[in-house]
Amino acid sequence: MAKVVLSGNEAVARGAYEAGVHIATAYPGTPSTEILENIGRHYPEVYAEWAPNEKVAVEVAMGASFGGARSLAAMKHVGVNVAADPMFSFAYTGINGGFILVSADDPSMHSSQNEQDNRQYGKFAKLPVLEPSDSQEVKEFVILGYQISERFNTPVIIRLTTRVSHSKSVVELGERKEVPIKPYVKDPAKYIVMPHHARLLHRELEERLKKLKAFSEATEVNRIEWGNREIGIVTDSISYQYAKEVFPDATVLKLGMVFPFPDKKVRELAAAVEKIYVVEENEPFIEEHIRMLGIPCIGKDKVPILYELNQKRVREAFFGKSKREEIDISDLPPRPPALCPGCPHRSVYYAAHKLKLTVTGDIGCYTLGTMPPLDAMDTCICMGASIGNAFGLELAQGKNFSKKMIATIGDSTFIHSGMTGLAEVAYNKGITTVVILDNGVTAMTGGQQHPATGKTLRGETTRKLDFVALAKAMGIEKVYETDAYNLKEVKERLKEATTADEPVVIVNKGKCILERRGEKFVPFAVDAEKCIGCKICLGLGCPAISFDKEKNKAQIDPILCVGTACTLCSQVCPTEAIGEMEGK
Amino acid sequence: MMDRPTGILAVGVGGQGIILATEILSELALSAGFDVKKSEVHGMSQRGGAVLAAVRFGEKVYSPLITEGEADYLLAFEKLEALRNINYLTPDGVLIANNREIYPAPVAAGLMDYPSDIEERLRKCAKNLVLLDAMELAFKAGHPRTLNVVLLGVLSTFLKIPVELWEKTIRRRVPGKAIDANMRAFHLGREQRREE
Ligand SMILES: Cc1ncc(C[n+]2csc(CCOP(=O)(O)OP(=O)(O)O)c2C)c(N)n1
Ligand code: SF4
Ligand code: SF4
Repeated sequence: MAKVVLSGNEAVARGAYEAGVHIATAYPGTPSTEILENIGRHYPEVYAEWAPNEKVAVEVAMGASFGGARSLAAMKHVGVNVAADPMFSFAYTGINGGFILVSADDPSMHSSQNEQDNRQYGKFAKLPVLEPSDSQEVKEFVILGYQISERFNTPVIIRLTTRVSHSKSVVELGERKEVPIKPYVKDPAKYIVMPHHARLLHRELEERLKKLKAFSEATEVNRIEWGNREIGIVTDSISYQYAKEVFPDATVLKLGMVFPFPDKKVRELAAAVEKIYVVEENEPFIEEHIRMLGIPCIGKDKVPILYELNQKRVREAFFGKSKREEIDISDLPPRPPALCPGCPHRSVYYAAHKLKLTVTGDIGCYTLGTMPPLDAMDTCICMGASIGNAFGLELAQGKNFSKKMIATIGDSTFIHSGMTGLAEVAYNKGITTVVILDNGVTAMTGGQQHPATGKTLRGETTRKLDFVALAKAMGIEKVYETDAYNLKEVKERLKEATTADEPVVIVNKGKCILERRGEKFVPFAVDAEKCIGCKICLGLGCPAISFDKEKNKAQIDPILCVGTACTLCSQVCPTEAIGEMEGK
Repeated sequence: MMDRPTGILAVGVGGQGIILATEILSELALSAGFDVKKSEVHGMSQRGGAVLAAVRFGEKVYSPLITEGEADYLLAFEKLEALRNINYLTPDGVLIANNREIYPAPVAAGLMDYPSDIEERLRKCAKNLVLLDAMELAFKAGHPRTLNVVLLGVLSTFLKIPVELWEKTIRRRVPGKAIDANMRAFHLGREQRREE
């Protein structure tokens, strides 16, 4: 079959297709998002959807498995925390149709809040963990994963990392093998984890793990690549590639299945080589297993626990720092990300900054409201935390404090896990003001649909969640909509809301500007005669506006500016110097 | 010992077509019969941050990453990003840099200055330097978005891969109505080198 270059995420999609998967679901999250996007785009044979959050995704895929279908749920590493509750029970019940959970971890936190190592979930939830090292393996491991899942009656975790998900390598394509959907058979002792069932299920689970361990000892994906006998390297995932590059002649035990751990293979290696190096990213997961077997090895003594590895870091870990002379570039201005020109989130953070509000934040593009000059965010913890955090601050600091505070949360994030926080505020008599930043899309992860956009993953029209009705249904009476591009309105509403003695919900409406790329806008320009160099417009932090020091005037980049779609800078300019290009 | 793979690092700012350029490069390497790997960091690049993408090809490629001192070619879409990533270049690597300036936020806001000595510093650090106004050539080719293909055109004069294969791969990867402009861009890039 044809050879193509695929990313790890594209290869998961391809593997699911070839493995005859019926149902795939996910909540977006870097670096996992493209898995479902690719299934949606290229493989109509597979049902593909965005779930409102990762827990629901796993529950849906689990139900599909109970219903006899092969199913897949994909998420970023922290998404597995959200989905952990059903996953732990799923380990007990086992499957009917094969099931794979894809966890895409993010060592170095390229776009995440932590670098938790989800291999640990395998051990914790007692589930087998497969770790491919390139795209070809990703595809093969997805197919293997379904075989393991159905042979051993277990959910399977495939753990990727940013470098496996987002790097591309050569993949040989195969055909799809259709797998019939099995019948659903009612089986309370399996599917109902009441204590008296669960006790038996746990016993079965322990038996299953023994069989999986025997498989792990025998499988080709845990293999010794014999080289010289001085050094034996144990490695997994992308670290395998770095180890091979740095130690091309060493003997390597490549672990494609890190849990259950293949003890005998490590013993075999230990008996044959002089010393063992463990090359793994983040936690000493493999190293601890090896040490538990009483085998000495060198791992985190040398290989850093922080951040992702690469061939240079592995080389320096064992051979010392390279002596190459570095050219000093420490004086260069950084290039931090910023809210796009014309971003609908800007007005809320500009107004909050001006009103000197305490702002509990959340995760999404709008987290950039924390960057100067907006500098308008106090907390950002995990998806949905803004509302609970605000109410907690209110409880600790009192209502007067709360009146100078808002919780800001994106529309997708609100649906993911903000709704329960709002129920908390309503129920426990809070006066917290919650601003839902309704930009009509999950923007941060590249523009995915969600339950309030009216479109499904495949672009079909569907029901649309109504934030105003929802907040009212929770018993909140003061619920308003604001126009994200009317700065005065946004500011007035915030002022009013923060004086109220009851909870207020503001739905700030404005479509993500990247979703409006097809539309024509007339860019704005600065009338140099009227501009007095006051720099007020720079306070918006719009990347299109810059300041010409020599002329002491603001200027606008006509390629970046979306002008008539936005108009914010013209609203803050005290001399009406900013407007459409004509005549300027 | 196997030969070290050839490493090409493309750097610049979100929206400049860097990812597509490296996609084209990896397909090209595959059809020229090489093993190839590609990696990229595009976390928040959509929001004006820096973008970095790497392609490595050769007989056998392990790591998809290019670390400091491993880029045989540094393809810089913006001048400041060229200097920021200069340490990735091998001692006799080739730097192909677009001389346009795109202000990062702290410069736009007037908090920092855009360094005025970049070209001087690039000339000092990179033995093999092709500095060009790729944006002007892209406009000349018919569309500013062909900037990436202009730079690929320059690069093509260094790599031992047949021109026809470049043309074929570019044709396959750029949007249908933009093929002509991209072909012009590619050859404008190639001529640039000859004029050196
Ligand atoms: C548990 C979890 N799942 C997924 C993510 C990845 N993620 C970060 S922000 C975000 C979406 C934000 O969308 P929205 O709230 O609509 O804000 P926008 O980016 O559109 O401004 C996602 C999916 C995460 N950080 N945590
Ligand atoms: S992608 Fe959309 S929501 Fe995100 S910063 Fe840009 S305009 Fe704002
Ligand atoms: S109108 Fe003003 S604030 Fe809006 S994008 Fe243009 S320059 Fe930026």
